[in-house]
Amino acid sequence: MSPDAFRLRTGGRIDRTSRLAFTFDGRRYKGLAGDTLASALLANGVKLFGRSFKHHRRRGIMGFGVEEPNALVTIGNGAAAEPNTRATMVELAEGLEATSQNRWPTLSLDLQAVNGLAGRFLGAGFYYKTFKWPPAAWTGLYEKVIRHAAGLGRASHAADPDRYDKSFAFCDVLVVGGGPAGLMAALVAGRAGARVTLADEMPALGGRLRHEDRRIDGRGAMLWLGEIERELAALANVTLLRRTTVFGAYDHGTFGAVEQLASDDGRLPRQRFWQISAGAAVLATGAIERSIAFAGNDLPGVMLASAAQGYLFEHAVVAGWRPVVFTTNSSGYATALDLVRAGIAVQAVIDNGPVVDSATARALHEAGVPLFRHAVVERAVGGRAVTGVVMRDELGGRRELECDQLLVSGGWNPTLHLAAHRGGRPRWDDQLATFLPPPADGELLPVGAAAGRFALEDCLADGAMAAVDLCRRLGHAARTPTLPGTDEAEPYRITPLFAVEGAGAKAFVDLQNDVTVADLRQAAAEGYRSIEHAKRYTTLGMATDQGKTANVTGLAILAEALARPVAEVGTTGFRPPYTPVAIGALAHHHRGPHFAPVRRTPLHAAQVVLGAVFFETGLWLRARYVPRPGEDMAAASRREVQAVRAGVGVVDVSPLGKIELAGSDARAFLERLYCNGMATLRPGRARYGLMLREDGMVLDDGTIWCFGSGHFMVTTTTANAAAVLSHMELHHQHFWPELDVQFASVSEQWAGLAVAGPRSREVLQRVVDEPALDDASFPFMAVAEGRIGGVVCRIARISFSGERAFEVFVPAGHAEALLDCLLEAGATDGITLYGLEAMGTMRIEKGHVAGAELDGRTTPRDLGLERMQIRKKPHIGAALRDRPGLTDPARPMLVGLVPVDRSERLRAGALLVPEGAEVVQANDLGRVTSIAWSPGLGHPIALGFLAHGTERLGQRVDAVFPLYRERVTVEVRQSCFVDPEGERLRG
Amino acid sequence: MRITCPHCGSRGLTEFSQQGDASPLRPDDGAGEAAWVDFVHFRDNPRGEHRELWQHVLGCRTWLVVTRDTATHAILRVEPAADVRGRPRGRT
Repeated sequence: MSPDAFRLRTGGRIDRTSRLAFTFDGRRYKGLAGDTLASALLANGVKLFGRSFKHHRRRGIMGFGVEEPNALVTIGNGAAAEPNTRATMVELAEGLEATSQNRWPTLSLDLQAVNGLAGRFLGAGFYYKTFKWPPAAWTGLYEKVIRHAAGLGRASHAADPDRYDKSFAFCDVLVVGGGPAGLMAALVAGRAGARVTLADEMPALGGRLRHEDRRIDGRGAMLWLGEIERELAALANVTLLRRTTVFGAYDHGTFGAVEQLASDDGRLPRQRFWQISAGAAVLATGAIERSIAFAGNDLPGVMLASAAQGYLFEHAVVAGWRPVVFTTNSSGYATALDLVRAGIAVQAVIDNGPVVDSATARALHEAGVPLFRHAVVERAVGGRAVTGVVMRDELGGRRELECDQLLVSGGWNPTLHLAAHRGGRPRWDDQLATFLPPPADGELLPVGAAAGRFALEDCLADGAMAAVDLCRRLGHAARTPTLPGTDEAEPYRITPLFAVEGAGAKAFVDLQNDVTVADLRQAAAEGYRSIEHAKRYTTLGMATDQGKTANVTGLAILAEALARPVAEVGTTGFRPPYTPVAIGALAHHHRGPHFAPVRRTPLHAAQVVLGAVFFETGLWLRARYVPRPGEDMAAASRREVQAVRAGVGVVDVSPLGKIELAGSDARAFLERLYCNGMATLRPGRARYGLMLREDGMVLDDGTIWCFGSGHFMVTTTTANAAAVLSHMELHHQHFWPELDVQFASVSEQWAGLAVAGPRSREVLQRVVDEPALDDASFPFMAVAEGRIGGVVCRIARISFSGERAFEVFVPAGHAEALLDCLLEAGATDGITLYGLEAMGTMRIEKGHVAGAELDGRTTPRDLGLERMQIRKKPHIGAALRDRPGLTDPARPMLVGLVPVDRSERLRAGALLVPEGAEVVQANDLGRVTSIAWSPGLGHPIALGFLAHGTERLGQRVDAVFPLYRERVTVEVRQSCFVDPEGERLRG
Repeated sequence: MRITCPHCGSRGLTEFSQQGDASPLRPDDGAGEAAWVDFVHFRDNPRGEHRELWQHVLGCRTWLVVTRDTATHAILRVEPAADVRGRPRGRT
């Protein structure tokens, strides 16, 4: 068939000189620049676009825009394939590949269409009732068969190769929809100086104005549109977003939108996700036409009347040369007249309403179009597509009319979704026989057709008045403009009709989910009275189109079946998104390496040069081990541990949280924050500190460095640095605002190294100008501000490894220089850079607790640190720490564990049960938290929590890991494996 | 969602973190266990006006008491937590 078989010789907003080649199901077609995939295929005479969800019925194009329920196709192939794309929303591009969906093996020969023959058995709730027994058959058989037979497009399962962008927009007035109402609103607000963002989902502004033959101010509406568009484009305070769908309305004037960007050359991201903050929004989203349920209303060739106007005016495409129009309302007449004026031989207008004298009806009559009143289409006739209709008059007389297209207008439903996203309930309007948006709430003003005011003059007036109102509220002096004059049109009138009486089993309401009138009546008969339940039972409105053409019709049919007013039955909840949004757009840049920010320490680059292997701990990338050639992690970290225990090593401790405090009440503040005493902490000394939550559990641990009676620095664990700062801020600001203390995070200001090992003092002293680090002047737990090569530094004699050790902090910019100096000064002592693996091994050998033990479920008593707590002083956690459950001697407490068979490996997370006992709740004794292979001892060791731990020292329990069916018998030890007396630490 | 920080103005949700109910007052140190259990563990879940602790964590770091309607999500009041009583009257 010729590519222009269904295209008029003149008209349309296409570029007839620019031919575009594309394929549909592998077949080559040609369209024109300005076509959509839908209009191009219609122009080529294609009627069959897909198979239906459940019954595999032949389906053609129903709509023109986002409302399209049938023509879902997959665009592209491979990883970039995008399923369930509405052919009506795809702008044609050279080389476009589209594929139909839900057919097997091919669209025209679909063997599963036999479902259609069995259709009378596939009613509402069919799956729930049928595929119940036996249970095993569900996953093995039923699910596979159903998933193969039912469904829409398939995701590619490959990573999305496209790029997505995100932008934030701030405006005074957001105008959603660029039809006549939206354009007037944007124009008035823009002229008043307000910051305006206008978003419209189509490539061109104008909305419904583009699809009707109307006049504004005595000229063609398109001339008026061009002028307005030029003025808006020239206003610096107005942003026009085309191809942008506002998909959700959220709290406090926040809106989500997706803009289509894809260019042919792939330079731009595919879509941009907009987060828009608006002072107020004008909802100018227009209305969507609905169909009528009658037998065969899903045959290819049955189309919404408004869609035919869209294809006619935008693309000069007609889907049929001899259409019949079936309408319940005045707009069907306007459609027929537009088609007649374009030279289309409209066969008849069938109207269920009474005779109303109107200019349109007269013009149609004069053009020789038969007008049937009090009549309905009982059935659409045809095999592969519509070939005629069976009309029934008010007396029940039937008559068959031939046609090649049936255009249906069941009335108009305001596109009110955004107005209901925040919970407002739409209101039923008897006059218009549809739902109207909930009352305006100050943040969102529905105008024009979206508010049920369908006349062009009302749309223009509403948009202007809403803008004036919002601008005045926002403090902009807006003038009420002289409204443009419009040609006369007949007022909207409708004789409500949702389902034709006597409609058979195959009168469809929701075409995308194959929900029929019979399904809805069956649900009502089975007792589904709540619309929310009936919706889920029948799946009405639950497909990707969310029932844009189906819901109101379905509700009305259900209400009738329940013998209740529609207003009482109400609507189901409206939730974002309005149209499907790619998850990739919501994730935008936050994927792959950009999923979360990466934090690197000031010593990162230096450690890269030294060959360190890094791993992620939270957001941080930290050196895990520093292998020599041929070493794996085990070998490298074993060597690193031995170097520290025998000589000297350095490790990057920059990520530790550091908070500096000053003020006359700084000490009093610390006393309340930590459960152990701070009263006796003298300047020049440091102390280990344990912070509790109010419920008595340990929040964090760290060290408190005292520089003066009102000057401290505290360190926190890396993981809790942010949480501890917030915790301190809350207590200072809210609970104890009278305390004279100021504090700030200095984590990023001070970078640091721990220098550890028997040779640490000698090596460190070589680079430190002051203080003197000898035992007498700088004993264990001493701190000082000193100097290294003229640079200020903070040093504490603190040990995590159990060896003599120092923590040295310098301003972050000097960190690399410090590391260089230390490596050079310690070269003769074999100084070794070590990583987190060796550090972790040494702290486990030493029985020091870390994140695995401080998991928010442990008390100081559980950790064996009970004696640190000062009993008398008030502190956070003091009131609740001694509750019976927390002092129960059976509560698991910290112990060391060693496998009886030293060659067996232990696993963190293993459960502890009595030796040989079954793994059941009653036998639960505790858990393993940290494991390591101890180079000093030559075998695996572990820390864990064990009930009656101290009483079980020397006894055996089993560490079990049911997931891997592992059971290892372990011996219970003290938690400190190395130097329990702390002689190496202090010596 | 947006919150108007008294220091920084109207800001988006992502700048804030939420801590929960701001109504319970931190009991006196000597208060009995029951008062503390109540403060730590029990919270009302009202429909309507609710006072919540929020921190402008990616801004000025001020802790705020935000009075919010849980049904409509309207924010009725935002005050620095330092200006709102966090403890029973008259004690330290």
